[in-house]
Amino acid sequence: MSAVLKPANEAPLIRLRDLHVRFESRDRTVHAVNGVDLDLAAGEVLCILGESGSGKSVTLRALMKLLPKTAKVTGEIQVAGRDVQAMNEGQLADFRGGDVAMIFQEPMTALDPVFTIGRQIAETVQRHEGASRSTADARALELLELVQIPSAKRRLSAYPHELSGGLRQRAMIAVALACRPKLLLADEPTTALDATVQIQVLLLLRSLQEQLGMGVVFVTHDLGVAGEIADRVAVMYAGKVVEEGPVGALMAGPLHPYAKGLLGATVHAGMRGKRLTTIPGAPPMLDKVPTGCAFAPRCPELIDCCHNGVPMLKPFGPDRLARCIRVAARAAQGEK
Amino acid sequence: MVLPPPAPDHGGAAQPLLETRGLVKHFPIRGGLFGRQMGEVRAVDGVSLSVRKGETLGIVGESGCGKSTMARLLMRLLDPGAGEMIFDGEPVGRDDLAGGISLKEYRRQVQLVFQDSYASLNPRLPIEDSIAFAPEVHGVPAGEARERARELLAAVGLAPAQFARRYPHELSGGQRQRVNIARALALRPRLVILDEPVSALDKSVEAQVLNLLVDLKESFGLTYVFISHDLNVVQYISDRVLVMYLGQVAEEGPVDEIYARPAHPYTRALLASRPSMDPAQRRTEPPLTGDPPNPVNPPSGCRFRTRCPFAEAVCADVPPIAATLSPGHTAACHMALPGSGHSKAGGIAA
Repeated sequence: MSAVLKPANEAPLIRLRDLHVRFESRDRTVHAVNGVDLDLAAGEVLCILGESGSGKSVTLRALMKLLPKTAKVTGEIQVAGRDVQAMNEGQLADFRGGDVAMIFQEPMTALDPVFTIGRQIAETVQRHEGASRSTADARALELLELVQIPSAKRRLSAYPHELSGGLRQRAMIAVALACRPKLLLADEPTTALDATVQIQVLLLLRSLQEQLGMGVVFVTHDLGVAGEIADRVAVMYAGKVVEEGPVGALMAGPLHPYAKGLLGATVHAGMRGKRLTTIPGAPPMLDKVPTGCAFAPRCPELIDCCHNGVPMLKPFGPDRLARCIRVAARAAQGEK
Repeated sequence: MVLPPPAPDHGGAAQPLLETRGLVKHFPIRGGLFGRQMGEVRAVDGVSLSVRKGETLGIVGESGCGKSTMARLLMRLLDPGAGEMIFDGEPVGRDDLAGGISLKEYRRQVQLVFQDSYASLNPRLPIEDSIAFAPEVHGVPAGEARERARELLAAVGLAPAQFARRYPHELSGGQRQRVNIARALALRPRLVILDEPVSALDKSVEAQVLNLLVDLKESFGLTYVFISHDLNVVQYISDRVLVMYLGQVAEEGPVDEIYARPAHPYTRALLASRPSMDPAQRRTEPPLTGDPPNPVNPPSGCRFRTRCPFAEAVCADVPPIAATLSPGHTAACHMALPGSGHSKAGGIAA
């Protein structure tokens, strides 16, 4: 293990309780996140899976207090043992990039176009660890090698626009890992990449996560990506977690009708000539907080009771959760 | 029913609907003081393909392989630098010749659906007017064009009474893509080119639109060219598949052949790069390293050789020609061509 690497401690990394995020503007209010509870153990990889508007990226950003001023955030957000909501700007500046780092879908907008890759990594190290310039430069080289950028030494003096998409993504990962974060937040980091490059970056992230013992929250809309990287998956719909469980069990047998629909609608090999199962309709607008089950209007298993109040996220077996009264009823019947 | 029938068939079922021969499109890169040409992007570099009547031809490849340039060339939004296009036996854009088809008539029979459903609709027109626009340009009276638009909206699953007067921003992405498809059908084309039509949609909506495309193909008697980077979607919808790499065709064949017995090392790597969907079968090694090279200065000889695990000296010297592996299945690889000089030559064909 190189000097850059240091295993994270064993305390729970994330404790999120009843997170609500509401965006208010003069014209409309959007209830983006409506009560999310999440936990992440050190060294665990959690995928938040959802479609656009499900609140997955907003949840991720709340963990680093990165939401704009128009966002009204309530709930308990504890990351690496600290209350994120209570931090002031100075504390946040230490926290971001130190304990927690984030990588994004578009490296071109996340990296600064007027500084070299090497400088951007070294700057982070100098800022957070007070290292000297030469130490920081040495660390930058070590990090570029860690993310498997070929001819790393030469690439230190490259500007972001001089790199290909895959290399840029690796460079952004190197910046994020500069200060050995305990937690890495990843917002669709492989979505914009080509197939042959996407798998390279996924495999890299997985091996780095194992080497560094980081906790990772990985937001994606792609089931295949979740299958490659996650330990645990949380499926979000209309600002709530509707199902959560270990990746293998969830992909093999989803419980919630939405998760079932999503898996059924995902085109994969061997579906040729068969009609695709679809989820009719579209997700709700979220101008108001849903009062019943938010998925009810599109649900094939709808009964009258579904509109009576928001269903609870109930345990199903030792390590799975689902937010559906039909699933809960079936589980209860099974136990009798 | 106010929709007219499509233009009549000419050469019979056996004649390809669209053929291209050696299609080339290079984009100059200008720079310097007087806008001198500094180089060129060889986006499409000698592509020959044929689209059979009633089939769906899938074109797959990574960014920069020229698939979107191909879509624009096929639609003749771009003029090819070289090469020919023949539509149902008639040379395209050569109405000066006897038996040629004019660009105006060609563009009536061929339509294009883009990836970005919002950018491709006029934000100031209700969707009904957007759909009716092209028929009006082609001389259909306004009232009839409007009626046609409503019929098409119903055909793509948008109730005309509810949706006809809406503007694009009042629709979801999936609904907008349905409008784009309806608009493409308004002139009763015979060929529809779909350039990443479901890539910007959520999975649950993607499935709805794919089902719709399958239905419309049947009910309107269409032929599709389906361009996508998503290998699973292409496998689902295509009858034949063309794999492109850096502006050239790497492999072409029936969909089951390509997916079950890929011959070109690039096709194999591309297929192996798909996430497994099964956490128990995770990969440990990526099938390929590095990114696709820049199409400005493509490698000599075989363009894939810089990333190919089997590259030998012959690959750098000689551009491979397409070798036939089984009827309709060709691969442009020295290993597939007996006697090419590669040590594994002819090894794939077996």
